[in-house]
Amino acid sequence: MKAADFAYEKPDSLDAALALLADPDRDASPIAGGQSLVPMMNFRMAMPELLVDLNGLDELRGISADAGGGLRIGAMTRYSALEASDLVTERAPIIAMALPHIAHAAIRNRGTIGGSVSLADPAAEMPALMLVLDAEIEVQSAKAQRRIKADEFFTGLYETALDEGELVTAIHVPAAPSGRRFAFYELARRHGDYAMAGVAIAGTGDALEDPRIAFFSVSDRALRARGAEAALAAGDVEGAIAALDEIDFAGDLNADAKTKRHLAGVVLKRALGRL
Amino acid sequence: MSDTRTIRLTVNGETGSYTVPVRQNLVDFIRNDLGLTGSHVGCEHGVCGACSIEVDGDIVRGCLMFAVQADGAEITTIEGLAESDRGAALRSAFSARNALQCGYCTPGMLATALDYVEAGGAADRAAIRAHLSGNYCRCTGYQSIVDAVCDVIEGRVEA
Ligand SMILES: Cc1cc2nc3c(=O)[nH]c(=O)nc-3n(C[C@H](O)[C@H](O)[C@H](O)COP(=O)(O)OP(=O)(O)OC[C@H]3O[C@@H](n4cnc5c(N)ncnc54)[C@H](O)[C@@H]3O)c2cc1C
Ligand code: FES
Ligand code: FES
Repeated sequence: MKAADFAYEKPDSLDAALALLADPDRDASPIAGGQSLVPMMNFRMAMPELLVDLNGLDELRGISADAGGGLRIGAMTRYSALEASDLVTERAPIIAMALPHIAHAAIRNRGTIGGSVSLADPAAEMPALMLVLDAEIEVQSAKAQRRIKADEFFTGLYETALDEGELVTAIHVPAAPSGRRFAFYELARRHGDYAMAGVAIAGTGDALEDPRIAFFSVSDRALRARGAEAALAAGDVEGAIAALDEIDFAGDLNADAKTKRHLAGVVLKRALGRL
Repeated sequence: MSDTRTIRLTVNGETGSYTVPVRQNLVDFIRNDLGLTGSHVGCEHGVCGACSIEVDGDIVRGCLMFAVQADGAEITTIEGLAESDRGAALRSAFSARNALQCGYCTPGMLATALDYVEAGGAADRAAIRAHLSGNYCRCTGYQSIVDAVCDVIEGRVEA
């Protein structure tokens, strides 16, 4: 199917984009890589009156090191640019581990980190990575700028803390403490497909202090498994797997909630084996 | 009424100006307006890879960009690859290995395989499969497609 009619603007500054999105009389939608939005428009699941193309905004592109040893990643940075970045591999290795599992090269050449975070697809990798990295999402509207902790950003099925007219402008990844270790594992039917279940883990040192465990594709959103984190901090792997019962598992086209519960245990065990 | 926009772009080395409805996707523009029907359309939601083309040197899904977004871009379609010598070895290998049956997926497969070969990809079947995993072949020619790509990387075919 084809997209329904819409009007199109490609502003060349962030302010101009925000002004277009602030217009209360127009149902405007930003388009980043379009790798999720265009299929949704082709299926007529999305029918914006006005598309505001963010591809002309150089301000939203680029990966830079911040003074504290962390990273700032512009929202319009494409997956392929993240894959090519040594800075990402060095400072946020779990992003580098996950990237090859996100769709296919032709899609990674267009899809953006900001688009993925804004969409909050429960099956997407990026939101879970943001949780494990304790990242902050920088957002801006025509009126104000603010930063939202990843832990507060993903609020439900395709729902985020973004308000009307707000754009994600950048992702801030804090510096990892020395000795921080990361692992990533997902089960998919075919390489590049959305996962049937996936997990990202971080922990410091051999004893895995301050562990963070975030799942995707098992519930209505990417989420941390706090009970499992507590068990893991105490060195109890079996306890961590048992604690996954706290998660509100939700089925999808691939598998029902019961299967998701099982798969969550499988991916957690396998990811721990890779730490 | 459809909103239209005039765009200027270079397709296979030829630059032109065109007026397009903003809702028209890039692969439809290439096929219907430019008559370059080598790029195919399967699913129109990014899943099958039949519409893969190069935009500014990167392979993308032609069905997931609007033509208006290609304003100022340089595009290479399968016709452009055929005119230059890029991909000639892959074309020979696909024929030799019987890696094309109905040919529906072939333009997208060739573009995606070329991307792998030109990036210096290894003759590693698992890696080739992973790279091609976003392209569907309904005739299930996958084994011979991977054979063909390996042949090219290992220098077994003359263009
Ligand atoms: C075949 C296929 C397979 C895929 N497989 C995977 C996969 O395995 N894992 C995965 O994670 N993803 C997958 N994707 C989705 C892909 O990663 C998407 O591109 C991505 O999730 C969205 O990024 P985008 O830049 O394309 O955003 P778009 O599609 O342009 O936008 C998505 C949504 O976010 C909004 N938006 C975009 N940017 C911003 C911003 N800066 N601020 C506020 N709102 C914004 C848009 O209005 C829209 O609602 C797949 C896609 C396809 C077509
Ligand atoms: S038609 Fe574009 S991916 Fe199928
Ligand atoms: S050769 Fe027929 S679809 Fe691949």
